Amino acid sequence: MNWPVVVALAAGTYALRLAGVVLRDRVRVPARVERYVDLGATALLVALVATAAFTDGSGFAGWARPAGVAVGALAAWRKVPFVLVVVLAAATTAGLRYLGVP
Amino acid sequence: MRSLRRTIDRDDLRDALALAAAVGVVGASFGALAAAAGVPVLLAMTLSLLVFAGGAQFLVVAVVAAGGGAIAALAAGLLLNVRHVPFGLTVGGNIADRWPLRLLGTHLMVDESVAFSRARGSGRRARTAYWLCGSLLFVFWNVGTVVGVLAGGAVPDPDTFGVDAAFPAALLALLLPSLHRADARRVGLAAAALALLATPLLPPGVPVLVGLLGLVVARLPGDRREAA
Repeated sequence: MNWPVVVALAAGTYALRLAGVVLRDRVRVPARVERYVDLGATALLVALVATAAFTDGSGFAGWARPAGVAVGALAAWRKVPFVLVVVLAAATTAGLRYLGVP
Repeated sequence: MRSLRRTIDRDDLRDALALAAAVGVVGASFGALAAAAGVPVLLAMTLSLLVFAGGAQFLVVAVVAAGGGAIAALAAGLLLNVRHVPFGLTVGGNIADRWPLRLLGTHLMVDESVAFSRARGSGRRARTAYWLCGSLLFVFWNVGTVVGVLAGGAVPDPDTFGVDAAFPAALLALLLPSLHRADARRVGLAAAALALLATPLLPPGVPVLVGLLGLVVARLPGDRREAA
């Protein structure tokens, strides 16, 4: 790990963040396309949730994590306050791991 | 006329703080891992300050620790961050009107701040929510990193506390309102399935991008009720 890598990663990441913001500013997006941009963000975020819940590296994350996420999801669906959703998910996973579930 | 009270919604502040606390714990584990991998203190702190993308930071340190080259680490980190391009497209209007502020706010774009802001629509509250969540996460992530670098091996594994389950659960909770729409639900399910199928086959970051292909079911053939 050296400075050039860190600087390049920082500059590259910022450029990626900025690209979408600039594009949005420059291009008049018709309502039809806007819907797809919005759905695309939903697709990305749901894909993030799925991979973060079930996978670790290129394999399965074990049952403790998806179980915690499922409890959190159920709580969110039942309109439980957000903070509690986060705590319930973490506590479920932590509890299961304490009991030896991977 | 209702009184304006404050610009920042109390509930939004509480919710953002919950996320930030979890981010702080992960930041500490990043600092500890970087220290263990022999990354110089200043370099680890600079990563958190200037890159501010947890996944990419962990990945880069892991690649280097595993003996991978600098270019491989850089490529892996940037690939993981490509998702910020569509994020910028969708949340770009929720940052600021003037460019200097917008350039600053762009740095605060992470999965959580994007989801947090989107969950509050596109008005003034969504804008405040973006800055609130982004800046709290930024502060906690960086403080966490410093604590982790200094405490080193004394930092416990965040998985012990189930923090790894807290993030997907939080993102999902933020996404739920947008999933009330049938087309969003369909796209989301397809995206999740595609990303999971792609995970064993593709490098980190790419499976999530593959999820974008879920857009093909945005409109079903012969579906008339959706044509609104």
